[in-house]
Amino acid sequence: MKLQVSTRLAIFALLHLAGRPDEQLSVSDIGDKYGISSHHLAKVMHALGRAGLVRAVRGARGGYQFSGNASRTTLLDVVQLFEDWASPHAISGIDGRTNEAWALSKVVAEIDEIAQATLGSITIATMLKLIDRRRHEQKRST
Amino acid sequence: MGAGGRRVAADGGGGRTRTLSRNRVPHAVESAVDIKTRAPAEKSVRVRRVKATDIPQVVALDQQITGIGKAEYWRDLYARYGKRRLAERFFFVAEPSGKRAGKNILGFVIGEIRAWEFGSAPCGWVFAMSVDPDTRLHGVGKSLLDAISFEFRKAGVSKMRTMVARDNRLHLLFFRSQEMAAGPYLQLEKELD
Ligand SMILES: CC(C)(COP(=O)(O)OP(=O)(O)OC[C@H]1O[C@@H](n2cnc3c(N)ncnc32)[C@H](O)[C@@H]1OP(=O)(O)O)[C@@H](O)C(=O)NCCC(=O)NCCS
Repeated sequence: MKLQVSTRLAIFALLHLAGRPDEQLSVSDIGDKYGISSHHLAKVMHALGRAGLVRAVRGARGGYQFSGNASRTTLLDVVQLFEDWASPHAISGIDGRTNEAWALSKVVAEIDEIAQATLGSITIATMLKLIDRRRHEQKRST
Repeated sequence: MGAGGRRVAADGGGGRTRTLSRNRVPHAVESAVDIKTRAPAEKSVRVRRVKATDIPQVVALDQQITGIGKAEYWRDLYARYGKRRLAERFFFVAEPSGKRAGKNILGFVIGEIRAWEFGSAPCGWVFAMSVDPDTRLHGVGKSLLDAISFEFRKAGVSKMRTMVARDNRLHLLFFRSQEMAAGPYLQLEKELD
């Protein structure tokens, strides 16, 4: 499974902001960390704002803040904002008119269903726990 | 990009008022039997081994959640997991630690140590877990899982496994939040004709 660049940027930005709930971060603060162009990221942030997941704060120290519910927002919620995942067959994009195509689409649909169930079961809060654990492990090994 | 202005539900559709304390059983649990949270007595959760007198409430809770009454099945599970080989079989229930009238069983978990299935080294298996819908999202599930994990560790295993339905979002969200991830086995099945 390959996620579009926008989807990955959205997930990085959300994790970055949700992990720093008291900070307001500008598009360039976030862009610099992940080596992303501000132009591309601005579009992604706008989409996340429309979905209610981030809030733009105006003023001299303005920027973006996470405004979703970290333990209720799943990766699938975010992915679906950017990818066309209406149904498993939309993901596989396989036309099932021949028996061969039907057999292949069955396998691809199985993979897609597992991918959706996985993304739908991992929340932003769960991701933050994973990141935290890695941070601790890195600290311990240095 | 197809964001289309759709809003993401922020409360997961829950929105239930919290009646129990959110205090959780600490990670280092002292004992699986009689585990208490640090919350005020009447609000906290206690996890203990199941007793025969709990089974009607367990049956009722399971029926409320699954829609299927299976009294015989639960009596059999009690006989096998609540009374025998208790060093490797665990059937725990959660109850409010301050006694109250009426419904007392808030949830249950069942698991056992399994070894050498398809070459797997001994590990702890959780194969049933449910919490009363009225008390969900208050840490009861976490208290139950902490208790059974503690027993698994005490029995000498360092890995815990479970298998949940792919469309059971609550189970998946819960186990994932407890840092469980896909393991090296895949579940396969076929229709037998
Ligand atoms: C899965 C289940 C046991 C969880 O029990 P619970 O007491 O609500 O769980 P907890 O309160 O300990 O939740 C721990 C974490 O799990 C996650 N979680 C639990 N329910 C969630 C939900 N509805 N949405 C998102 N995350 C959820 C959260 O991360 C939560 O931590 P948080 O509250 O700090 O965000 C319960 O929902 C249940 O019984 N579901 C039905 C199970 C079933 O289908 N049984 C029949 C077949 S066996």
